[in-house]
Amino acid sequence: MKKVWPILVVDDEEVMCESMAAWLREDGYRVDTAPNGQNALELAKSTDYAICFIDLKMPGGMDGIETMMEIHRIHPEASIIIITAYATVDTAIQAMKEGAQEYIVKPCHPQEISMLVSRILKLLKKLQSENAILRKKISRQYRHRDIITKNPRMEEILALTRDIASLRSTVLICGDSGTGKELIARAIHYSGERAEKRFVSVSCAALTETLLESELFGHEKGAFTGAEGQTKGKFELADGGTIFLDEIGDISPKLQADLLRVLQERRFYRVGGTEEVSVDVRVIAATNKNLAKEVQQGCFRDDLYYRLNVIEIRIPPLRERREDIPLLAEHFVERIASELGKDITGISGGALKLLIEHDWPGNVRELENVIERAIVTSHNGTLVESDFAWLNQRGSSAQSWEVPDVPLAEMERRVILAALERKRGNVRDAAASLGIDRSTLYDKLKRYEIAH
Amino acid sequence: VNTVCVVAIGSVPAQVLDWVEGVAVEWCPWPIRRLPALGLPDGAYDAKRGQYQSVEIMKAVARCRPSDAARILGVTEVDLAIPMLTFVFGQAQLDGPVAVLSLCRLRQEFYGLAGEEGLLHERVVKEVLHELGHTFGLTHCVEPKCAMSLATHIGMVDNKEERYCAHCGEQLARRFTSPDGEPL
Repeated sequence: MKKVWPILVVDDEEVMCESMAAWLREDGYRVDTAPNGQNALELAKSTDYAICFIDLKMPGGMDGIETMMEIHRIHPEASIIIITAYATVDTAIQAMKEGAQEYIVKPCHPQEISMLVSRILKLLKKLQSENAILRKKISRQYRHRDIITKNPRMEEILALTRDIASLRSTVLICGDSGTGKELIARAIHYSGERAEKRFVSVSCAALTETLLESELFGHEKGAFTGAEGQTKGKFELADGGTIFLDEIGDISPKLQADLLRVLQERRFYRVGGTEEVSVDVRVIAATNKNLAKEVQQGCFRDDLYYRLNVIEIRIPPLRERREDIPLLAEHFVERIASELGKDITGISGGALKLLIEHDWPGNVRELENVIERAIVTSHNGTLVESDFAWLNQRGSSAQSWEVPDVPLAEMERRVILAALERKRGNVRDAAASLGIDRSTLYDKLKRYEIAH
Repeated sequence: VNTVCVVAIGSVPAQVLDWVEGVAVEWCPWPIRRLPALGLPDGAYDAKRGQYQSVEIMKAVARCRPSDAARILGVTEVDLAIPMLTFVFGQAQLDGPVAVLSLCRLRQEFYGLAGEEGLLHERVVKEVLHELGHTFGLTHCVEPKCAMSLATHIGMVDNKEERYCAHCGEQLARRFTSPDGEPL
């Protein structure tokens, strides 16, 4: 079905508005008109216009450029065409500098307007279709079946997420950092009826209380220094979709109270605002803290905890689902090697054993990073143990490294051979990776009778 | 009974009004009636542009619409324009009762050429189909040969055929097939 694009015509002359609207309606567009900037803004708040025709000179109040700037604050992507009866280079330059898509002098030839409108809409259609493709791609990326596991607890979690995908109930996802809390939240969103709407993610720990409040609820013009126009918050942006509140255990008592109200009433005020905003948003919160304990200690409101904890999902750390490590490792090798354009097709049994035995304090995210680093530095077609040798040398990892029962010299010989293999026989690179200079390596090669 | 009325605004040759009525009879099952000509309305003339404001002409046509006229088509010789555009061949209320049509730019004489009656006839037929189509809710058609395609210069009018495309024709026919004879 043909999409009906909404167009706004803003002019203080009624005859101009009505005749232009009638002409555009004949072309099948849905056209609204406004006699001044203020009315135009009111209309723009509720409708995302594909094109706004705005007269440059409007008596009293806002002129065309101001109206355009205010509309751009609400819809930064809106295509605005400034209309004027008197062309001057200065006003044209100003209009374009402030973000007008076009500047036209009235009256103009019908063909000019017709071509202008179809050019803008063609671009919009292209952007929308690219957007749809990206959404599909994202949605595919976060489907349940793309969450890799054969762990019974994880399988239970996936079954639960499928069951709750189409509900609006609030979900609390608990788990250590890097266990994939956001991945589970996205899987819930993209499997349910809200998949076509936005999934908006907010990291509550990343911002100060005031910034987070404005980030979540938006603000009105002049609400604080630098608030030059009305801005929608994440709750409004997620209307119809899902908001993911990561690290919810880190929010301040004031925001806890505000959030409780939103969860109870689905209504809130923008910062500095007096008008209530209603939203239909599903809330999925996540934390790596023990919220029940935080409640006991008086650091987290119990009423908010119970509101959030309608459906609780606890993701086990990677060390408690070691059977998933080979699956995950192979998945990451395949994906990252392809992304980086490296010809690495797998991972050796020895390397997998090493990965399975590691403790993974950083969980799946750490595993992914470790594999990426190995792929970047490896010169083999398959990742082998030596590609992960550095893993055991890191920090306080509890990983035990089995020391072979061989003389020290033999050990050194093996390390040198491994370094040469990794660096494809390049002595300079091998020396650098071993932390010795080239002449020292040459001496050792001679001593151990290693051909190079 | 729904009626389609045709009215001249200012002086219009009777032959042209016959052509207009002929098109309406062919495409619309409702009775067609010609109204006495109207004078050009005061205040519609824009001396600066030497043209008539189409909105004012439409208002005058709307004022003279009889109660049984489900549609009324005004025809004028004067050149029509709207504030935003240098000219319009005609204008209509989308899915509304009033439409106007200017003969000025359909005449070869406007382009400094000798008048051609046959060509004028063809152009009138196409533009009547176009404006009446709008009053029955049809918007511009992407098929360039269809009478409902947008014409922004006379070449585009000449490129059209004196008919609706299958899709627009079907849509229009559907408007006349409701049980009580009223537009759907």
